[in-house]
Amino acid sequence: MRVSPFLSQRIVVVILWALAAITVGVLLYIIAYILIHGLPHLSLSFLTLSPEYMGRRGGVFPMVVGTLLVTGLAVLIAAPIGVATAIYLTEYTREGKMTAVIRFGADCLAGVPSIIFGLFGFVFFAITLGMGMSVISGALTLTLMVLPTIIRTSEEAIRTVPHSYREVSYGLGSTRWQMVTNVVLRSALPGICTGVVLSIGRSISETAAVMLTAGSALRLPHSLFDSSRTLALHFYILSREGISMPNAYATASVLIISILALNLVAYWLMHRFAVKVR
Amino acid sequence: MKQDKVISTILFLVALSAISGLALITVFIFKEGVPIIARVGGRQFFLSSDWDPGLGHFGIFSMIIGSVAVTAGAMVIGIVFGLGLAIVLTQFAPRTIAGMLKPAIELLAGIPSVVFGFMGVVTLVPLIRTYLGGPGLSVLASSMVLGIMVLPTITSISIDALQAVPRTYWEGSVALGATRWQTTHMVLLKAARSGIVAAAILGMGRAVGETMAVIMVAGNTLEIPRSLLDPTRTLTSNIALEMAYASGDHRQALFATGVTLFVIIMLLNTVALAVSRRRSGRGGVR
Amino acid sequence: MISRVILALAAQCLALSAVLMCGGCGSKGERALNVVGSTSIQPFAELLAQEYEKKNTGKQVDVQGGGSTAGLQAVANDLADVGMCSRSLKADEITRFSQVVIARDGIAIVVNKSNPMHALTLDQIREIFAGRITDWKEMGGKPGPIRPITREEGSGTRESFVHLVMGKDRISRKVLTQESNGAVKELVKGDTAAIGYMSLGLVGEELSALVINNAAPTSENVLAGTYTLSRPFLFVTDGEAKPDAQKFIDFVLSDDGQCLLEMEGLVRVR
Repeated sequence: MRVSPFLSQRIVVVILWALAAITVGVLLYIIAYILIHGLPHLSLSFLTLSPEYMGRRGGVFPMVVGTLLVTGLAVLIAAPIGVATAIYLTEYTREGKMTAVIRFGADCLAGVPSIIFGLFGFVFFAITLGMGMSVISGALTLTLMVLPTIIRTSEEAIRTVPHSYREVSYGLGSTRWQMVTNVVLRSALPGICTGVVLSIGRSISETAAVMLTAGSALRLPHSLFDSSRTLALHFYILSREGISMPNAYATASVLIISILALNLVAYWLMHRFAVKVR
Repeated sequence: MKQDKVISTILFLVALSAISGLALITVFIFKEGVPIIARVGGRQFFLSSDWDPGLGHFGIFSMIIGSVAVTAGAMVIGIVFGLGLAIVLTQFAPRTIAGMLKPAIELLAGIPSVVFGFMGVVTLVPLIRTYLGGPGLSVLASSMVLGIMVLPTITSISIDALQAVPRTYWEGSVALGATRWQTTHMVLLKAARSGIVAAAILGMGRAVGETMAVIMVAGNTLEIPRSLLDPTRTLTSNIALEMAYASGDHRQALFATGVTLFVIIMLLNTVALAVSRRRSGRGGVR
Repeated sequence: MISRVILALAAQCLALSAVLMCGGCGSKGERALNVVGSTSIQPFAELLAQEYEKKNTGKQVDVQGGGSTAGLQAVANDLADVGMCSRSLKADEITRFSQVVIARDGIAIVVNKSNPMHALTLDQIREIFAGRITDWKEMGGKPGPIRPITREEGSGTRESFVHLVMGKDRISRKVLTQESNGAVKELVKGDTAAIGYMSLGLVGEELSALVINNAAPTSENVLAGTYTLSRPFLFVTDGEAKPDAQKFIDFVLSDDGQCLLEMEGLVRVR
């Protein structure tokens, strides 16, 4: 029996929309579940107080600071270095075997599991270099983890800038550096920003790589060499060990709200720069 | 001109330090991991399921099977939902809904893995335990959680692949009287095939690499799983569980597991590269 | 303008990285005492740390988990000042580290609250964890599969369990693995067929601890020796403890410290 193409389309459309609905449903369920259980316990004091009794009482202030320090440092180091590397690879070198190898290597490292970065950071930064389990160990580990992604996304963004832009710039008498900054980077900025924001998001959510590099101290870090716990790790420990479910949900709520805010900022940035270029 | 030379040198140094930093990790991991594989013997290390660090036995076969099983399950879910979503977004959704779906997918991508794992433990595992039997901590639970996690990757890359298909293909098909779905599966999917395969492979890489969510829902047994409802342990979970206290040979064996994962990612990336190169090599009517 | 900013940032980051690299090799300076190791001892050490900090303002103690062997590793690698170990040290470890017994703790065999099983023998537990008894009905309970849960290999609780219960037998490979006392507790709380072992002092009201060989799992019985599943809680240092670490250990062994541990369900040793 030949099925009419219109009938088969209708069936497929129903299935596809069902898939979409399920996916969105799962997303909403997760966010709603966490927020419903967590928001009642979330308050300004939760964000500004320190934890007591391993996190049963008190707040998550040291974890917020720890997360900001570890991820902030990581992105602050990785972003300029990554973008500079991407610029050098695309604008200042000729396309050849070397660049192809570097690109492949960066792609591989971008896909390497984060636990391996954690293992490396633990053995190399914490033990061999003697930095101990500290903010700096965690930050350096995360830097190495997000660097490949930033290099690749920046490189892709730069490569999509049309050659004509570059030629026009040279035609007007600019130096290479002027061309790079005024023309190429301006156009590639949305793509580069996406890569950086993606890396920030990845770092905030990261647990495996910071477990043994930044450590899990509950205290407010007073220096870069103090151990500190990130929000994601705190949530993992609280929920896994059943220390305090309300606080676990509240911590997760902080995480999810931060990710939401980050996504919004990313969107705003993209629109802003896209409009500018036009 | 002098300024340009100075800048060029600075950029070179920065790039060099970045690349050497990344090369350092690679070399370090291989330097720590390869000797123990040689010492234990390749066959013993990869094909024996006897992992007993206390006795000096390092065979990761059951973890390899665990990773394969969990990833395969994740790919089924990831591709069905991910590709389905990509098709909906590019072909069937009106602009407004597409505008809402896209951010939703990106939001899904941003949720931390530990939250996914937690939701799996709290919601999925009891459901599986009650209605399907077994401990609940299982290959099935891991696959489902991982599937949702890799879904955004597959969706976004597939969307790129579908949108890269020249408009003329679509127009030609519609001009011949095909319905949207016919156009999609007979023309667009075929044309975007290499991009979609690349998306799947990259999703696979992400699934293989996930650690925290899997530790929470997989059960972490050393036995090779015989059914979807059996618990299992993956390569990544093994590293995470043991790296805090491993020393000497044991620690090197964990690095060797890292080497294994690295090589797997390299292989996957090579295939993805070859597949997408075929796409641009194909050329055709543009 | 942008160019100058970017250049400055790049140069700064290179310099920053160089400085950080060198800084890491230097001395640590004024920082908190790092106490790392057994997840069984961790909650008690946390309480002790809080009391210690209240009595000695300015002093700071950081307590982290990871497992007994991880604690020993951390001390050996200079990542921690004091290691927490919830099992007796092995021969090569005794020569390497200095140890102090701070308390004794029982190992409880726990099941879900709704499990009708209340007492077992040591032999039965061994058979269960070796994978030879697989159904609750074999011991007179409600028919259904038994799901034993073990700890990871580096756990002091696991080592002690193996030493005291398993003897020469190995724990079956089919057994689920969790990486801390808390995780075992959560799993047993949620699964009616589960059976696990954990620190007696951490069981609380939510689980059912089994009577073993006719001895009830209480700290009195641990002290008396009738409940045979007990192990020492050790604080371990690399050679002689540094002054800061020694001060903390002294506090833990003082009457205040020991009283606190006793109130929390451990067996004091001083």
